[in-house]
Amino acid sequence: MPDLLFQLAIIVVKIVVLTFCVVLPLVPISVYFERRFCAVIQDRVGPNRTGIPLTLLGFKKDFHFFGLIQPMADGVKLFLKEDFTPNYVRKAFYWLAPALTVAPALITVCVVPFGSPITLFGHTEKLVIADLDVGPLFVFAVSSLTVYGITLAGWSSNSKYPFIGGVRSTAQMISYEIALGLSIIPVLMYFGELNLGRIVQHQADHGWLLLPLWQNGTLGLPDVQTALFWIPAFIAFLIFTISIFAETNRMPFDLPECETELVGGYHTEYSSMKFALFFMGEYAAMVIGSALIVTLFLGGWSLGFGLDPLIAKLHIGGFHFGGLIHLGIFVAKLLAFILFFILVRWTVPRFRYDQLMKLGWVIFFEAALINVFLAALIIAAPELTAAIIGIGAVLLIAVTAAIIWVAKVSEEHPKPLRV
Amino acid sequence: MAVIKVQRPKLNFGEKIYFGALIKGFCLTMKHAIKSLLHKSAGADSLASSGLGVTMQFPEQRWDDHLPEYYRGAPALVTDEQGRERCVSCQLCEFICPPKAIRIVPSEIPSDDPWAKVEKRPKEFDIDMIRCIYCGMCEEVCPEQAIFLRKDYLITGLKRADMVHDKKKLYEIGGVRTGLVNKWNELK
Repeated sequence: MPDLLFQLAIIVVKIVVLTFCVVLPLVPISVYFERRFCAVIQDRVGPNRTGIPLTLLGFKKDFHFFGLIQPMADGVKLFLKEDFTPNYVRKAFYWLAPALTVAPALITVCVVPFGSPITLFGHTEKLVIADLDVGPLFVFAVSSLTVYGITLAGWSSNSKYPFIGGVRSTAQMISYEIALGLSIIPVLMYFGELNLGRIVQHQADHGWLLLPLWQNGTLGLPDVQTALFWIPAFIAFLIFTISIFAETNRMPFDLPECETELVGGYHTEYSSMKFALFFMGEYAAMVIGSALIVTLFLGGWSLGFGLDPLIAKLHIGGFHFGGLIHLGIFVAKLLAFILFFILVRWTVPRFRYDQLMKLGWVIFFEAALINVFLAALIIAAPELTAAIIGIGAVLLIAVTAAIIWVAKVSEEHPKPLRV
Repeated sequence: MAVIKVQRPKLNFGEKIYFGALIKGFCLTMKHAIKSLLHKSAGADSLASSGLGVTMQFPEQRWDDHLPEYYRGAPALVTDEQGRERCVSCQLCEFICPPKAIRIVPSEIPSDDPWAKVEKRPKEFDIDMIRCIYCGMCEEVCPEQAIFLRKDYLITGLKRADMVHDKKKLYEIGGVRTGLVNKWNELK
C-alpha cells in the first residue's frame, strides 16, 4: 500500500511539474516571443516596457527585463474584463467549448518524454508522465478532440461568422489529420516502436532521424540504408510539420479565424477569459506540436553527437541529474521550433480555402502514401534480392507518375465556348 | 495599328511549386530581423532609431528636433513685444473653427488703459483640445496675427476639464512674438 501511495505521489508531482511548470509557462513565453519576433521582423521594437514598476515603491528605476511580464499583464487584463455571454447562444456548449480546446492540448503533454531518467536515492524515474507504448497514437487520438472545441464554439455562438469559422475548422482539421497520421508511418516503421521515450533513446544512440551523423557515441557518416532513409524521413518531416501548422490553425492555414473574412472566426462572440482560453489552446497546441516534431525528427531531449551518455552519467553522489540537463536541451529545441512557427506566420500569406483543401487531399495525402511505400522499400532492401528492389522501385515510380498525371488532368479547366 | 496579341506569361515549374518563393520569403524576413537587431534597418539613421528596427522609443527619445517648420501643434495666443495681448476678440477664429473648439467672451478695454484705443480684448478665451483638429484655420483667418499653431503635441489631461485650455494657458504656450503687426504701436 505505501508503495502505491508513493507511485501516486510521483505521478502527481510529475503532472504538476511537467505540465504546470514546464509546458504552461511556455505558452505565455511563446506569446511574448511571437510579439517580439514579429516586431523585429517588421523593424519595430515590440513590447519591451512592461516590468515590475519599482518606481511606484520609491525606487529610482523600473525593472523592465525586456518586457517579459507583458503576457502576465495581458492575462490579468483578460481576467478583469467583463465575461459577456450573448443572449441567444446555446449556453452549455458555449461554456464547454473553450475548455474543450485547451484540455486536449494539455492532456497530450503526458506522453512527451522531457528528458532522460533521473536517479535520486537509488530510485530511477523517467521524465515522462505516462510512459505509454502507443505514444503518437494517443497524441493523435486526444489532440483531434480539439476540433470539437472549435466547432462547438462556432455552432453554439449562434452567429454567422463563428459558424463559418467552425465549419471551416472541421473540414480543415479532419483533412489534415489524415496527412498527419500517414506521414509518420515511415518514421514508426524505421524505429519499429511506438513508445516516444524509446524512440528518443534510439535517436540519442544512433543519431537523430534528420541528422544521422553518429553511431553509438562515435561520429561518422551513416551506412547506405540510413543515408537513403533520410529522403523519406525528410518528406515525412515536411508533411508532418505543415500538417501540424494546419492542425494548430497557425498562420498559413488559420482560416477558421481569419480576421479579414470572418471578423474573429470561431471566437468572435467570446470575451474575457473564455477568449483567452481559445488563445491559450492555440498556443498550447503549438507547443505540443513542436514538442512532437522535435521528439520524432530532431532527437527529442538528446544533445546529439554522442554526448548524451556523458550527460546521463553526470551525478552528485547518488543524484543523477543528467535528465534535468536533457530537459533544458528539450525546452531549448522547443523554443527554437516555436520561433520557426512564428517566422512562418509572419512570412507566408494565408492560403485560399480551396488551395488549402487541395494541398491536403491532392498533394499531401498522396505524397504521404507514396512515402510509406518508399520507406518500406528502403527498410526492407537488405533482405530482398536486387530484382525485387528494382521491380519495387519501377512500380513506385510508375504509381507516382500516374498520380501526378491524374492530379494534373483533374486540374484542367473546361475550355471556354468562344475564344 | 495592328493589334498585337501579347501572350500571357506562363508560370514555370519552379514558380508553380511555390517552394522557392517560400524560401525567398524566409530569407527576406530573416534579413529584416537580423538587420533590425544590428541597428541596420533601412532608414534607421534618418529616423533616429533607438537601436531596434527603425522605432524611436518615445518618452526617452523625442521627435522634437526633427519636427518640420510647418508642423501644426497646439494653437496658442501670443503677445507682442510690448506685452500687449494681440487678440482683439473679433471672434473670426471662433466662427471659422470647423469643430467649434474655440469659445471667446469679448470684453472692452477700460479707457484708462494705455492700449485703450484697441478697444477690445478677450475676457475669456477657451480652446477645447478634445475638439481641436489642428487644422490651422484660426491661424489663417486671424487679422491680428494673434493665434498661432505651436509645436506642442503632448496635450494630456486626466479630466475633460483639463483638456480645455483657458486664456492663461494659451498665453503660456504662445509666449511673445515680435514684428508682423505694428499698427497699434505709437511709433508708427
